[in-house]
Amino acid sequence: MGSLTRKAAIVGVGLSDLGHTPDKTFLQLIAQATQRALDDAGLKKSDIDGLFSAGWITMESIMVAEYLGIQPTYSDNTLPGGSAFEFHVEHAVAAISAGLCETALICYAETPLSDRKRRITRSFTTGNPHETEEQFEIPYGQWVPIPTYALAAQRHMYQYGTTSEQLAEIAVAARKWASLNHLASMRDPLTVKDVLRSPMLSTPLRLLDCCLVSDGGGAVIITSAERAKNLRKRPVWVLGTGEAHTHRSISGMPDLTVSPAKISGARAFSMAGVSPSDIDVLQLYDSFTITVLLQLEDLGFCAKGEGGPFVESGRLAPGGATPANTGGGGLSCLHTGMFGIFLLIEGASQLWGECGNRQVANTKLVLCNGVGGNLASSGTVILGVE
Amino acid sequence: MTTEYKKPLPYINNETKTYWDGARSHELLLRRCRACGQYHFYPRDFCPACFSFDVEWVNASGRGTVYSVTICHLPAAGFKDLVPYNLVLVELEEGPRMMSNIVDCPNEDIKIGLPVEVTFDDVTPEVTLPKFRPVSA
Repeated sequence: MGSLTRKAAIVGVGLSDLGHTPDKTFLQLIAQATQRALDDAGLKKSDIDGLFSAGWITMESIMVAEYLGIQPTYSDNTLPGGSAFEFHVEHAVAAISAGLCETALICYAETPLSDRKRRITRSFTTGNPHETEEQFEIPYGQWVPIPTYALAAQRHMYQYGTTSEQLAEIAVAARKWASLNHLASMRDPLTVKDVLRSPMLSTPLRLLDCCLVSDGGGAVIITSAERAKNLRKRPVWVLGTGEAHTHRSISGMPDLTVSPAKISGARAFSMAGVSPSDIDVLQLYDSFTITVLLQLEDLGFCAKGEGGPFVESGRLAPGGATPANTGGGGLSCLHTGMFGIFLLIEGASQLWGECGNRQVANTKLVLCNGVGGNLASSGTVILGVE
Repeated sequence: MTTEYKKPLPYINNETKTYWDGARSHELLLRRCRACGQYHFYPRDFCPACFSFDVEWVNASGRGTVYSVTICHLPAAGFKDLVPYNLVLVELEEGPRMMSNIVDCPNEDIKIGLPVEVTFDDVTPEVTLPKFRPVSA
């Protein structure tokens, strides 16, 4: 298998306005984030020849390209859920490495918070009769994603004795990071007891086990190794990537305690030639507390079943041995529906040492892992500055 | 009987009609591969394990265990009247897992590992949903 390690680098990132943006469409946010990412890289829009986008509008990438005024000669609309942008990194590096494009724009925005008032809704299941969940799950009262992730959490508790207190530790750590990030939506102190007192939504998941609903977008610029060396910022090398999906519906998940991060993670570590103990900072998809727990196990940061004890005592929090989701994550910073782009942006920012109060000193290696659908897809990206 | 059933109903197609016809006759039908012997769910015209198209319909035993369970306090569209209601994955004796609801059992007594057996809920004259209840002692 060919290796993509050090074939391309992240050279610029940009965030749009975040949180609640009732005066902006998702396209406006994409333009904002793209402009900021290009400025960050010291590149022009005309430098972009590869476009990687994902969203819920039919042929969205075509629309995004027209809106931005880009006519890409390499285009990728891969949509495996919130992990889309980690998949896009792998695809972009492969395309760059094959000489099919030189400078890739990965961009995305969504405005689910403001869309509530605009009466725009989207859902994983569409009422399309060809969707198997419509036939075999929806008639029983299934909806995505809280009950489906709750089924996974319940099974993990049953098999390994994981507790609600341990899951709450993950939400508390995210809040501690968020308190150091002025862009985060939820910055008030949070305790395990607060999480356990929050309303039950779908056993065992409570309100504060679940991510936020926010508006926002981001953009990431990736270019070839050769070009990356001559730009404004120190290249953030893509050292390893992996992607996998194992099912779509939660009833089709081979084992409710094992996510496809087990596969994508192994591939990324193998490509990068590093192991979990080498990683300085983690950016893990935190749609729910259980999502983080499963990734920690499946990526090999602890053994299967030991995620509960592993996250105790603030291990993921500021000052902990395994700093994770340093921006506050989807649980406390923002969550727009597909959080994966923000994992890459925070990961690269940590490597550039741009994170202010929440900067983790001497960060050399960062792992970003996106998870999409019903724990269905996983994309792993290992980034480094050396 | 004119009470209207307002919850979502399955979209039945040519590939799955036999399954839903079976449910209407109060039989739980599964697809089994004649080539490799594997059962699968949801039913397809081929075996997702070995990709043989030589698959047959067989009567399931109707027995299984609860593989996972959640009690939904936030309802799906159409389910507000049932809150809190249970949603389970049942692992059938034959191997495959399917989503369903447990009936004839208080939510707090639905535990992972609970032995269950199929029962049939005739929700409309055309549609019957296979559900499960605890195996009677």
